[in-house]
Amino acid sequence: MGMAAAEWKFHVLAVDDSLVDRKLIERLLQKSSCQVTTVDSGYKALEFLGLRQGIESNDPTALSTSPQEVEVNLIITDYCMPGMTGYDLLKKLKESSVFKNIPVVIMSSENVPARISRCLEEGAEEFFLKPVRLADLNKLKPHMMRTKLKNQKLEEIENGTEAVEPEIKGSEDMGIKILPLQSELEPKQVHLQVVKQEEETLSNNKRKSMEEGLSTDRPLPRLEGGIATAV
Amino acid sequence: MNTVVVAQLQRQFQEYLVSLYQQGFLDNQFTELRKLQDEGTPDFVAEVVSLFFDDCSKLINSMSRSLGRPESVDFKQVDSGVHQLKGSSSSVGARRVKNVCISFKECCDVQNREGCLRCLQQVDYEYKMLKTKLEDLFNLEQQILQAGGTIPQININ
Repeated sequence: MGMAAAEWKFHVLAVDDSLVDRKLIERLLQKSSCQVTTVDSGYKALEFLGLRQGIESNDPTALSTSPQEVEVNLIITDYCMPGMTGYDLLKKLKESSVFKNIPVVIMSSENVPARISRCLEEGAEEFFLKPVRLADLNKLKPHMMRTKLKNQKLEEIENGTEAVEPEIKGSEDMGIKILPLQSELEPKQVHLQVVKQEEETLSNNKRKSMEEGLSTDRPLPRLEGGIATAV
Repeated sequence: MNTVVVAQLQRQFQEYLVSLYQQGFLDNQFTELRKLQDEGTPDFVAEVVSLFFDDCSKLINSMSRSLGRPESVDFKQVDSGVHQLKGSSSSVGARRVKNVCISFKECCDVQNREGCLRCLQQVDYEYKMLKTKLEDLFNLEQQILQAGGTIPQININ
C-alpha cells in the first residue's frame, strides 16, 4: 500500500436514489473533509464494496471481492429506496463477515420511531432525519477517529514504523485534540474533537503499543503553516 | 471596482433574499445549502436547485400521466412521485413546494383524484414561480461578482 494522502482521508460510501440528495450528501461530506463515493442503490453499494452474493453470478454462494484502492470507512444510506431499502442493505452488511464492522448510518425523511429503533437494533450507528445538515455529520467524527486510529495502528504494525501518539491528558480533560499526521494535513481541517470514550481507545492503543515495544512518548509534530495547538 | 455600485447591488441582493424567506418561498434548508458553497464550489447552490427543478418537471409529467384517465389512476405511482418531490423540495429548502406536497399526499392517501389534480397544478405553479425567483437571485449574484464584489453571507432568523 502506498502512503498517499488520500489513504488517510476518511472515505464514505453514500447511497441514495435521489440525485438531489446525493449531491447534497456528497457536498456535506466533502465539507467535513471526507472522501466520498456516491451510488444510487443498495445493489450498487454492494457491488462497489466487492460483495456480490449470487446477484449476477451462477453460484449463489460465491463471494467475490474486488480489490479496492481505498477502503470504505463508513456507509451512509437513505432508508426509502426502490428494490433494496437502506434497512435491507444494512442487514446484508451486518451479515457479512467482511463488512459487518463498517459503521452504517441511515437517513430518512420520515420520523417513524419504529423504523428508527429497528435500524439501530440491526446495528446502525446513527439515524439521521433528512435534510441532513453539517451539524449532524459532526456526530460521525468519533467513528472516523476510531477507524483512523485502528488503520493507523495496523499500518504501523505492518510496516514496523513507530507511532506518533498524542499525549493523553488527565481524566478531568474531557476533550482531546488529535492533530493529523503531516501526510494528511489539509489546508482547512485540523482539529477533531474526540469524546471521552475515545480516550479509552487511545489508552488501549498506547498500552498495546507499549507492549509491542513501540515508543509512545513523542511530542506532537509542529505543523506547517503555523497552525499551533496547545495540548 | 465601484464600491458604491457593489454596495448597492449587495443591498439589493440581501433584500431580495430576505423577501424570499419572508414570503415563504424558502426555508432554513436553503440557508444550509448556501453554507455549503465556497470559493471552491461557487456554483453548488445553482447546480442543486437546477437538479431539483429537473426533478420537478419529470415527476410532474409522470404523475400527470398517472392521473390522466379517471377510470385507471395509478395512485401508487402518484404517491411515489409525491414522496420524491417532497423529499427533494425539503432538501433544497423549497418551502412552498414542500407544503403543497403535504396536501398532495393527503389527497393521494384517500385516492381523491380531483384533489390530486389540483395539487399537481399547484405544485407545478409553485416550482416554476420559485425557479423564476431564484433565477433573479442568481442574476443579482452575478452582477455583484462582475462588479468586483463578493456575495454577502446573510443570516436569516
